[in-house]
Amino acid sequence: MANVLVIATVADGALSRSSLELVAGARTIAPAVGGGIDAALLAAEAADGAVEALHQHGVGVVHRVVHPLLATGQSDAYLAAAEACVRAASPAVVLVAADTVGREIGPRLAYRLGAALATEATGLEVADGTVVVHRQVYGGRAVATLAVRRTPAVVTVKPRALDAPAPAPTAGVVRDLPVQLADDALPTRVREIVREQAEVGLEDAQIVVSGGRGIGGPEGFKLLAELAQVLGGAVGSSRPPADAGWVPISWQIGQTGKTVRPLLYLAVGISGATQHVAGMAGARTIVAINKDPEAPIFGVAHLGIVGDYREVLPPLIAKVKALKGQ
Amino acid sequence: MHIVVCLKQVVDPELPLRDFAIDPQTRRQVREGRPLVLSTYDENALEVALQVKDRTGARVTALALAPQATVGDQIRLALAMGADDAVVVDDPRGPDLLGAAKTPVLAAAIRRLGAVDLVLTGCESADWVERAVPPLLAEELGAACVTFVARVTVEDGRVVAHRQADEGYHVVEARLPAVLSVTSDEANRPRLPKVKDIVGAKRKPVQTWPVDALGVAVGDAGVDVLDVRVPERTTRCEFLEGEPAQQAEALALRLRDLKLL
Ligand SMILES: Cc1cc2nc3c(=O)[nH]c(=O)nc-3n(C[C@H](O)[C@H](O)[C@H](O)COP(=O)(O)OP(=O)(O)OC[C@H]3O[C@@H](n4cnc5c(N)ncnc54)[C@H](O)[C@@H]3O)c2cc1C
Repeated sequence: MANVLVIATVADGALSRSSLELVAGARTIAPAVGGGIDAALLAAEAADGAVEALHQHGVGVVHRVVHPLLATGQSDAYLAAAEACVRAASPAVVLVAADTVGREIGPRLAYRLGAALATEATGLEVADGTVVVHRQVYGGRAVATLAVRRTPAVVTVKPRALDAPAPAPTAGVVRDLPVQLADDALPTRVREIVREQAEVGLEDAQIVVSGGRGIGGPEGFKLLAELAQVLGGAVGSSRPPADAGWVPISWQIGQTGKTVRPLLYLAVGISGATQHVAGMAGARTIVAINKDPEAPIFGVAHLGIVGDYREVLPPLIAKVKALKGQ
Repeated sequence: MHIVVCLKQVVDPELPLRDFAIDPQTRRQVREGRPLVLSTYDENALEVALQVKDRTGARVTALALAPQATVGDQIRLALAMGADDAVVVDDPRGPDLLGAAKTPVLAAAIRRLGAVDLVLTGCESADWVERAVPPLLAEELGAACVTFVARVTVEDGRVVAHRQADEGYHVVEARLPAVLSVTSDEANRPRLPKVKDIVGAKRKPVQTWPVDALGVAVGDAGVDVLDVRVPERTTRCEFLEGEPAQQAEALALRLRDLKLL
């Protein structure tokens, strides 16, 4: 029987959110592929909680590789561990999160397995017994539909594109897989890890206040940070502020940057280029503040304010504070 | 030190929406009559290569897989910016091939260039955004791989790269040869060529290699493109009117009604 295998990782000791999203994708396609759902759990520590979470959401066999090198964003270590798990499980389809490590190892894994490859999926489906992948193309202007023609196949899935699944507990087993990894034998080594957004991660924030080129410089982002703080949200940006060094690159939202699906997305001084919209169109409520009434962002926003953000944000901050009784 | 930069030619991604169309036959964007440019991040990759050249005297070769008849301006821009050599692998299918299909061809061209220490590419193409070619090339060439890097230095036969990560960045050291994919940041904004370099680049030779002469078949991505379509947008924006203070108050009240406060 051919299973679907998800490559699962651990974040802050627990199963990462994107791994759970992959399980949701696996549950959509597993019936058509003909089997159950396995996971490869790549972790620095035993991570029994993550194993349990996988079983709770319908994963039968968890192939677990535990090694200290699997904590460092060290993609070559993840690749070796993932390859060992895939060879042990011989799945029909492998799902990999398109995050920092996943977007490096997904195609490399496909190459090593001689597998079909589809990257950056935003939706998975089964049509006529075939696995079908949806993905954005042309800077978010169009959506492509791909049919997976042969197995095995590797599909990388954009984080935050799929919803996390509801629980569906299953009696599962864990199989520990010994994998030899030596730091100095790998072609790359992570020397340093620099974190830039410590509070709520941008991708997990329920409210995101995002600024674009129209903010004019790093100073203006202080106003956005103040608004984000009173709203209890995180600050993001379009590409120009990240390119210009006004904010860290890791704040960038859009095709190249992060995908976010908060309850509220406030786009301030952002024109609404399709490459930006590609990363935020899934937000529940989109509010745009822009001084140009013709800005394309108003085409995707639910609520719009035509105006200069420097005049709108200070009274907004004051009013929100008043309503929240702060 | 020899650096190869892979450059892709795409329809200008800033093209107004009214000029954007999908060809129902090829299921790709209509290119005819549209301005062609170097794919956005490929220019950053070229800039990173030229910065390494400025510091170490490396030789930089620009490599494009494209229909030769249309790629002239882009490859000459690379020469004007400072690339030493330019090679076009002439393939009329170039723009329509999926990443996994074109990688064996690019790899064969790179091998034909001789000993190459670094291969740089954009982190994603501006059109299909597969992000597949750099890791596949690394495997195909048996090279180290680091994707989404913004800053690169070469020291003692190793390359040190800042890789953009989900919560910040990683400093990654890789052995050579290596394939790096490049994203943009303030440090690698593409340089503007001087007029004299643009003129000079017109006289520089561009080698053209027919794809058949490379002796490789295109690869098979194992997926079929069933459909490419422009989704309909249905959102209707409600504008909040008045002076800024009134707009701000109206917004705050709406956020409260939506239970967001
Ligand atoms: C391959 C590729 C990948 C890309 N990836 C991304 C990505 O991941 N994320 C991304 O965002 N972009 C991405 N882009 C870039 C994208 O195409 C746009 O260039 C970018 O999103 C524009 O950013 P912006 O809206 O902040 O700036 P602009 O388009 O310059 O818009 C600025 C807006 O601010 C408004 N404004 C100015 N002053 C004020 C004021 N005082 N008050 C209120 N409003 C004001 C203006 O009216 C204007 O609408 C990518 C492009 C390519 C080709």
